[in-house]
Amino acid sequence: MTEVSPALRILPEILLTVTGVLVMLVESVLGVKTSRKPLGALAIFGTLATLVASVYQLQLPAGTAFFGTVQSDAFSVFFHLVIGGIVLVTLLVSLDYFEGHSSYVGEYYALILFGAVGMMLMTSSVELLMVFISLEISSISTYILAGYRKRSATSPEASIKYFLLGSFATAFFLYGIALCFGATGSTNIYEIAKGVAGGASPLLLTVAFGMMLIGLGFKVSLAPFHVWTPDVYEGAPAPVVGLMSTAPKAAAFAVLLRIAYGAYGTLAHVWMPLIWILAILSMTIGNLGALTQRNVKRMLAYSSIAHAGYLMVAFTALAPMGIAAASFYTAAYAAMNVGAFAILSYLSGFDEKRTNLSDYAGIARRHPVAAAAFAVFLISLIGIPFTAGFFGKFYVFTAALNSGNAWLAVIGLLNSGVAAFYYLRLLAQMYMVTEEQTVAPDNVHARPAFVLGVAILVLAVFALGIFPNRALRLARAGAATFAAQATAAQNISAAVLPR
Amino acid sequence: MHLALFIIFGLMCLGGAVNLLLQRHPINSALSLIVVMSSLAVLYLLLGAEFLALAQIIVYSGAIMVLFVFVIMLLNAGEEERTHGSRAAYLAGIPGVMALFAVLTSTFFTLRTSFGSARLGGFLVTTQDLSRVLFRNLLLPFEVTSILILVAILGAVVLAGKER
Repeated sequence: MTEVSPALRILPEILLTVTGVLVMLVESVLGVKTSRKPLGALAIFGTLATLVASVYQLQLPAGTAFFGTVQSDAFSVFFHLVIGGIVLVTLLVSLDYFEGHSSYVGEYYALILFGAVGMMLMTSSVELLMVFISLEISSISTYILAGYRKRSATSPEASIKYFLLGSFATAFFLYGIALCFGATGSTNIYEIAKGVAGGASPLLLTVAFGMMLIGLGFKVSLAPFHVWTPDVYEGAPAPVVGLMSTAPKAAAFAVLLRIAYGAYGTLAHVWMPLIWILAILSMTIGNLGALTQRNVKRMLAYSSIAHAGYLMVAFTALAPMGIAAASFYTAAYAAMNVGAFAILSYLSGFDEKRTNLSDYAGIARRHPVAAAAFAVFLISLIGIPFTAGFFGKFYVFTAALNSGNAWLAVIGLLNSGVAAFYYLRLLAQMYMVTEEQTVAPDNVHARPAFVLGVAILVLAVFALGIFPNRALRLARAGAATFAAQATAAQNISAAVLPR
Repeated sequence: MHLALFIIFGLMCLGGAVNLLLQRHPINSALSLIVVMSSLAVLYLLLGAEFLALAQIIVYSGAIMVLFVFVIMLLNAGEEERTHGSRAAYLAGIPGVMALFAVLTSTFFTLRTSFGSARLGGFLVTTQDLSRVLFRNLLLPFEVTSILILVAILGAVVLAGKER
């Protein structure tokens, strides 16, 4: 095998970092009153280049670089594409959203780009210290982004709440890493896998896994670590919520997959019950919570908790199938959730005029196209056939059934039934109720960038729902590469370390 | 000698930590945190981590604690008041911490044979060893930290700056 230059292994991240720095440099040259749109365009081009670079990485043989800290393989490429796609659409959607409302629009683009660097590094790192630092990059940039509506009362509150609880969660994650190091003497995923297979103390390893699960559970808002989610999503600007409810979660799920299947593969019987509990709690608490909400953003926040629960169902399935199902679900969920929040940002504007369910009464008549797009995303969130949400749920529950977790699949399906009710309630408000003049007449105009962003998402929802094979093949390839590497590491350890 | 030092500073560290929680005035808590940090530094030194011990003194006991004290003085924080929330935190927190402590203690006790024991004494992990790990094996995380700091600077500009 020819040696691959280490820089190629982190090419997408390098491109994003350079774009971020360029945005910062140009921002300081621009005058105070100048439009920041060129910076947004620069960021969009940087993200496109990153996506191309990620696809290019598929040609490289899977392998590690920088002394085994990062690894590029089909798995990391899949998540790079998901995160890059989310960032691209978020940039398109927010190109006009912040203009004239905030004096820090240039910094906004830079923060999104740097945050994406952190998230992408999370998906490709196989060294827990690397994971920790990139997790911090991604978290800190989202804490800041959550506070961008500075004149409102809820946004700074959301930011500070997210920051305090998030730092607390990161401390748990770090403690988990420390305990893992204590048990196996390494923070490298493959070294840990060797230690786990070679009989390092299972008790300590379980405690370490629990700590890391708590930390990551906070980040992906799994119940019972979900308490921050509704408040933060309510306060943060809608495009930012679209980003932070999908991209950092995708990254955290990738890390969890690497830790659970890559490092802790042989201890599956120990961590499986923990995942079961989290999956059932998240699905149930998320959906029941969403039922009682009148505020649309809070409702979608609870729905995102429930979706994290469905994703955890995939974790309980057998290795390659479960990993592929979880990866696919992340992509499907990203397309529909970013879309839902994009439409929310368009309909309610920077100052969030429409917050409650009743504000959406009869909106289909006033904004037929936006309402139709919103309907597509909501239908996909329910999981109706021909949309991404359907195949996402289909693969997750099939994987669970094939692995003998029938009860979990039944609970998941029951939950989907409950979930249909609150999504349909919003749809009914939009289409069935005749308009009551509760909100001042809108003067919202769909800008080309926004329309392009939403069009990409609608296409993605249908593409993943009608032709899921391409995405699924990549997800399976990802699952296969790192499952193979993990077993290889364990086989080596079985030969080297006698039990 | 080493054992005596370990016991003395270990007890000081524990005492400081407990005192930190019991004090009602933030400045007293901050001062006991200095005790905790400094005695931790001695423990690091006993384990042969000279660089870590000095960094602990300079960064934590020095810079960070000065920052803490400044913030407390700027906010002019008085004694904390008892609220329903703080009582609930006591009720839920103390058993929670005890449970966590019990789990960790039992873990470490059952595993103490397989862990072996740490050596206290006059050996040192040199700065050279440390830098070999930091600038070779962990070069990428080290470099990526610069992005983390950049993000933090951006955050300070955005969140603390005025809207123009």
